[in-house]
Amino acid sequence: MSHTHTDSWRVGEVTLTSRFLLGTAGYPSPQILADAIAASRTEVVTVGLKRTLANGGDNGFVESIRAAVRANGARLLPNTAGCRSAREAVQLAHMARELFDTPWIKLEVVGDEHTLQPDPFELLIAATELVRAGFTVFPYCTDDLVSGRRLLDAGCPLLMPWGAPIGSGQGLLNPFALRTLRERLPDATLIIDAGIGAPSHAARAMELGFDAVLLNSAVAQARAPVPMAHAFRLAIEAGRTAWSAGVMAPQDFAVASTPVGGEPVLLGAAA
Amino acid sequence: MITIQLDGQPHELPDACTLAALVDALGHAPHGIATAVDGLFVPLSQRAEIMLREGAAVLLFQPIVGG
Repeated sequence: MSHTHTDSWRVGEVTLTSRFLLGTAGYPSPQILADAIAASRTEVVTVGLKRTLANGGDNGFVESIRAAVRANGARLLPNTAGCRSAREAVQLAHMARELFDTPWIKLEVVGDEHTLQPDPFELLIAATELVRAGFTVFPYCTDDLVSGRRLLDAGCPLLMPWGAPIGSGQGLLNPFALRTLRERLPDATLIIDAGIGAPSHAARAMELGFDAVLLNSAVAQARAPVPMAHAFRLAIEAGRTAWSAGVMAPQDFAVASTPVGGEPVLLGAAA
Repeated sequence: MITIQLDGQPHELPDACTLAALVDALGHAPHGIATAVDGLFVPLSQRAEIMLREGAAVLLFQPIVGG
């Protein structure tokens, strides 16, 4: 199969060309966020919901996102951040569908407060219910193969395993598990979500054969978010192209790359 | 008068107040928020049919940035 950096992928009936999904939290200003969305060339932008208890507006961020999404032909992917049970997540997903007018939902059900690790059991319950209700479920999950299979069996069109805990910027902490996931689920769409800190981490994920990368903090918290969004775009494209081209297998020992045959020429001449 | 829990805080309402009327009274645009009563989502199309009871737990959600 031949790929280039412009090759496409699908979520259900939707065809996407960008493999960079971008979060919208924590940017210094709405304008910087809008510029970062444009620089990333993303086609999928994540958003959230919050209770109105905390008064005050959102300082124009949501309108900026909506405008940037329209201008760049992107789509919104609302999340269920903050949910600790399947019941909560299902209710929040319904609210997100109404507010953002999309059946897409990034399903987050956290099972541990310290690591914000997804709860695989509640996640599966919620995913099953939401798929039946007509949602397109993007489950934020761990790199566990078996629970990933269950989510796919429940009707999720893809998996979004973590690279490292949310916001940690540690990169791919368990390459073995991620490689295993890729190898054992060769036909599944797999998106690395969470833990990416540097463009090299994103490139590495793509070199491992993942289909896309979702990140937020690494861009939002950069000293200059807009150039960082650009850097991540290039890294993701490079990693994808490298995967398609076939990264060479590592060797334990040196293997001469220059094809000198027999005696070295200069040594022979000097003698 | 009845007292409901609005986003976890006590909130007094006149008797026979619907969820749609509460949203309006709070100054929210109907399409700008999503609603839940007693932990269950209430679609915009059904807010006018939901009569709030004493002690009802009402949550209102609005769009924000997210990762």
